[in-house]
Amino acid sequence: MSADPTADPVERRAWEALGQVMDPELDEAITDLGFVHRWQWESGAVSVHLRLPTFFCAPNFAWLMVTDARDALMSVEGVDSVEVSLDDYFASDEINTGVAASVGFDSCFAGEVDGDLDELRATFRAKAYVAALERTCRDLRRRGVSLPALGEVRLGDLPAGPDTDRLTRRRGDLGLPAGPDDLLLVDASGAAIAVPELLGWLRRAQTVRVNMEGNGELCRGLLHTRYRLADLAGAGVSG
Amino acid sequence: MYTKDGKDYFVVDGHTHFWDASPANWVAGQEQYAKGWIECFHAYQHLGPPETHWPLDKFQRYGEETMVRDLFEEGYVDKAILQSTYLREWYRNGFNTVDGNGSMVERYPDRFIVNGRFDPRDGDEGLATLERDAKRWNLKGVKLYTAEWRRGSRGWTLKDPEAHRYLERCEQLGIVNIHVHKGPTIWPLDKDAFDVSDVDHAATDFPGLNFIVEHVGLPRIEDFCFMATQEPNVYAGLSVVVGGLLHARPRFFAKVMGELLFWVGEDKMLFGSDYAIWEPKWQIERLMSWDYPDDGEFADYPRLGEAGRRKILGLNAARLYGIEVPSGTGLEAGQPSLVGE
Repeated sequence: MSADPTADPVERRAWEALGQVMDPELDEAITDLGFVHRWQWESGAVSVHLRLPTFFCAPNFAWLMVTDARDALMSVEGVDSVEVSLDDYFASDEINTGVAASVGFDSCFAGEVDGDLDELRATFRAKAYVAALERTCRDLRRRGVSLPALGEVRLGDLPAGPDTDRLTRRRGDLGLPAGPDDLLLVDASGAAIAVPELLGWLRRAQTVRVNMEGNGELCRGLLHTRYRLADLAGAGVSG
Repeated sequence: MYTKDGKDYFVVDGHTHFWDASPANWVAGQEQYAKGWIECFHAYQHLGPPETHWPLDKFQRYGEETMVRDLFEEGYVDKAILQSTYLREWYRNGFNTVDGNGSMVERYPDRFIVNGRFDPRDGDEGLATLERDAKRWNLKGVKLYTAEWRRGSRGWTLKDPEAHRYLERCEQLGIVNIHVHKGPTIWPLDKDAFDVSDVDHAATDFPGLNFIVEHVGLPRIEDFCFMATQEPNVYAGLSVVVGGLLHARPRFFAKVMGELLFWVGEDKMLFGSDYAIWEPKWQIERLMSWDYPDDGEFADYPRLGEAGRRKILGLNAARLYGIEVPSGTGLEAGQPSLVGE
């Protein structure tokens, strides 16, 4: 199902809001990953169906994506009712019922869960930031910026583009300063990364990034084989 | 045996399965999980080359003749390690059990090695079973499946005190190779279910045991790599890495190999086909001729030379399992490794 970009402007804003919902593990938009396979819009009422690469994907991440999608759509002015459900999944019933009733993850999986998902989300937000920072540093070094010079770079010096946007958003997610005058080299806890430690830090961060990007590719591959989609990457908003 | 440029390479397939996931073996009332499980694996198979895909009914139950042909006649494998995974909540006679796998060893004693399993939630009874299995099948290894569902519990961790009792008993019984698998997994529900830190604890507490992390901790390669550099007795099991990535995602495969060679090293990486998800034939052929893409992005990764290929394909597993290596296929047969140059 596709969202027609020339349709109702409220529908367009709603679709764009959904495009801001990330798979927390992959740090990619669920709309880009092909996880949105049905989108129905009728004058302010939206119904979205999600699907995942495997029947046994981790339910905690699945929960975060479903609830984030609901929250993102609810926040759009002009959207009156939102229904988000997850299909073809071992815990579809638990999650869909829980989300529709607006209960928490702990109530939805009562007896199996000690707490909420804040710690899990924080862990993966930190990884997403580390990967984004490494990507930016790699790009700057390719452009000839030396290691010591990286220590002087401020966010406002970065070239405009999706990588910089992502890095800035990830800083915001972690509550780190993200203004144009703020220094680039800050780790996920907000501490400065000193230039002598930078090479080792970047080498570890590279592995974090490779893993995250690779999981995204693997998930796309599995979703593709599961649903035999011709070309997810080229499908854009059409699922 | 794989032969390339007139040279023989000894092949140990460190991760194979002889399963029955046909509907006749599904537990009544649990069909959706039994079906979901095997269909999930079947989708993985489609990450391999199209000519190696099987129809679902064959994939559910392929039988002994097919397996022997795919591994030893067509697949270059000299020795195959059968891993045992029970999943009795979903499969009546188990998905693949020690006794079922052991029967293959009885029929093909020169070809198969069977690994046992344990689940610390089985308590004293499970310890007795482990001891019986160890004696009956001369176990040198176990495969641990921490994500197995059991009576309302969705999994366990190597940090559990009960797990320590089992690892102690393994050491006493001469079971030195502990293969640990984590995915597809969902538990613990509110934490990262793929977290490998429990292996880190166990490897520190049991320096006499080898811990082979199957699928290299996918999807947490970075956590696995950082842990493996700290622990001399932690190894990378390449099952899924080769089968799931080499054909479908060659650039990512190259990056994963590069990361593993950098952090873990060629002395601690073990080939495994994960049969019957993927056949070994194409995996071994492609791995033997594999190199990084000719691209600056890969320039800093360690290279994989002939010695490294020998180790990964068979010599490392032979060392861990005490398998005799035929003359002419050891390291003396190859050139010095290029790793580190």
